Amino acid sequence: MYDWLTDHKIPLGLWLRDFVDLLTTHGQNVFDFISLVLGGLIGGFTAVLLWVPPLLLIALFALAAWLVHRSIGLTVFILAALLLVANLGYWEATMETLSLVICATLVCVIVGVPIGIAAAHRPWLYTAIRPILDLMQTIPTFVYLIPTLVLFGLGAVPGLISTVIFSIPAPIRLTHLGISSVPPALHEAGKAFGATPTQLLFKVELPHALPTIMAGVTQCIMLSLSMVVIAALVGADGLGKPVVRALNSVNIAMGFEAGLAIVVLAIVLDRVCKRPERRSRKN
Amino acid sequence: MPAVEFRNIDIVFGNDQKGALKLIDEGRSREEILSATGSVLGAAGVSLAVERGEICVLMGLSGSGKSTILRAINRLNEVARGEVLVEHKGTAIDVAHCNEATLRDIRMHTVSMVFQQFGLLPWRTVRDNVGFGLELRGTPAAERARIVDEKLAMVGLTNWAEKYTNELSGGMQQRVGLARAFATDAEILLMDEPFSALDPLIRDKLQDELLDLQRRIHKTIVFVSHDLDEALKLGNKIAIMEGGRIVQAGTAEDILLRPANDYVAEFVKHMNPLNVLRGTAVMRPAAGLPREGDAVVLDKAGRVKVKVDPEGRPIAIDLDGRAGLLAVADGEAGAIDDKLAIASDCIIAPVDLRLKAAIELKRHTDLPILLVDDLGRLAGLCDDDEIYRGLLRRLEG
Repeated sequence: MYDWLTDHKIPLGLWLRDFVDLLTTHGQNVFDFISLVLGGLIGGFTAVLLWVPPLLLIALFALAAWLVHRSIGLTVFILAALLLVANLGYWEATMETLSLVICATLVCVIVGVPIGIAAAHRPWLYTAIRPILDLMQTIPTFVYLIPTLVLFGLGAVPGLISTVIFSIPAPIRLTHLGISSVPPALHEAGKAFGATPTQLLFKVELPHALPTIMAGVTQCIMLSLSMVVIAALVGADGLGKPVVRALNSVNIAMGFEAGLAIVVLAIVLDRVCKRPERRSRKN
Repeated sequence: MPAVEFRNIDIVFGNDQKGALKLIDEGRSREEILSATGSVLGAAGVSLAVERGEICVLMGLSGSGKSTILRAINRLNEVARGEVLVEHKGTAIDVAHCNEATLRDIRMHTVSMVFQQFGLLPWRTVRDNVGFGLELRGTPAAERARIVDEKLAMVGLTNWAEKYTNELSGGMQQRVGLARAFATDAEILLMDEPFSALDPLIRDKLQDELLDLQRRIHKTIVFVSHDLDEALKLGNKIAIMEGGRIVQAGTAEDILLRPANDYVAEFVKHMNPLNVLRGTAVMRPAAGLPREGDAVVLDKAGRVKVKVDPEGRPIAIDLDGRAGLLAVADGEAGAIDDKLAIASDCIIAPVDLRLKAAIELKRHTDLPILLVDDLGRLAGLCDDDEIYRGLLRRLEG
């Protein structure tokens, strides 16, 4: 009945494939370079985390948590949680995942915060990127996993790229929110005393937006963590690997333990990244 | 050269500036301009000069355009047409059309501002808030600390320097705002309803403190207020605005005694004239008093006469042939030494004696009051009749 509609298929998929082919043939050097840099970054982080003896690192984490938050409960919890992970035998995988999450968050912040600031200053830009951000968060991850795989090969880098694509909208959105919700009175105060646009940004807008931006970073960390299993599918090391392996071999025990380790890491990161008490109480 | 001068400025918020200006020229109202162009009239045809050392109060209901024109002085609002001249380093600069660098220089050195909602940075301590303007213009830390300490002492917040602003009460926060504005040592201070967010007692106190400070520092202050009491108390000059236009500009007495239209008259109807009116406004001028040779006759029957010297200074009083005694009163407080008052027959007071002080003297002594100018020359008479007429504001009648 509607052959006329299906007879001439619009080759959307083919176009995209051709585009990716074009990128691989002409831009291979660029992608190799990116791959090298990001791979080196993740490898470096992982190497450092694994070089330190686990017990010492656990003690350092607990100490850092104590120094930042001054809470006995939190410190004891972090100590117990990390010791449990080590006991289950997932220490190495946890550190690999941690390194992936840290790298992904770093990239997200370095790229996302300036985009958020630019969007807050130019309403048209935000209108333009909003659908893209929505797309990045709703499109099924596997779909862009394929081209990243083609462009960057197997390993941690395509995992990192996919993670960044999924989690970068959070810091962009929240930076935009933080900067654009600076009260007009503060803006005017800055301008009235002769602030340049740069001074206005660093002395008024960013300090005011900092709590919101930090919330964006925390969210970004959590979103990155939720991507570890997907990243494992393209060959990234970490806690995702045992989960994938457990799924393939229907290994309930392994799946539970690896999943638990992910949850523990998520809770630890969330609690540690929560903002300390309001600064005004410090004095 | 005035410190600040508006020359025929129009301010329009919206995209259709040209269309709006055309309608302004046709004398249309704000509502008509809004419905025709979608742009909001901020101010139209405003001309006003504020002299050095003067406190000029822009006064009107909300939406009358008073904050709008205040913000044109440091170009927080752009002017659609006209000039805003500000005295900067000895020359008059048109803020509305100067380049960015000059504008920044003016904002850093010549014009500073106090905001209604304080506009303090909550992540900074009181000290760092006060030093904000100095920091922006790159004053070295040591000098900044010295200036900040000085300004904190000036507003009485020395012990609060290390607190965060949200730990302070509203009144204290606005003192921080004042200290921040004073810190850059700007010649011109813009105050956008600085005391409106405070409760009445604190407001009154800060008004007194501001007047007190002004006596020492002699800045040019442009002050926005919707409170007539505040305007009359603070302003050397008051400009009353309605619908983006100035309807009357003048001294407190001018506005109280000679309202330009019904709008102003309605505004001042319930005002207490005691604190505003001065001897000059109510007195019967010396020129209008009957004379007998070198003496001025004070009463209708012609029995009380004051002798004046060739310069016009009162030197003696004659009560139906008996020589009386003249006593000098403290014009500011409206007080006179009791013994002196009992012995004397007439009081001499400065011509700018407040009506309230005049009544106080009158109640205390029941003697006629002679007003003299700065050089001691007889300026006029202020007796029961003059006071009553002043109170009833029937000077012309």
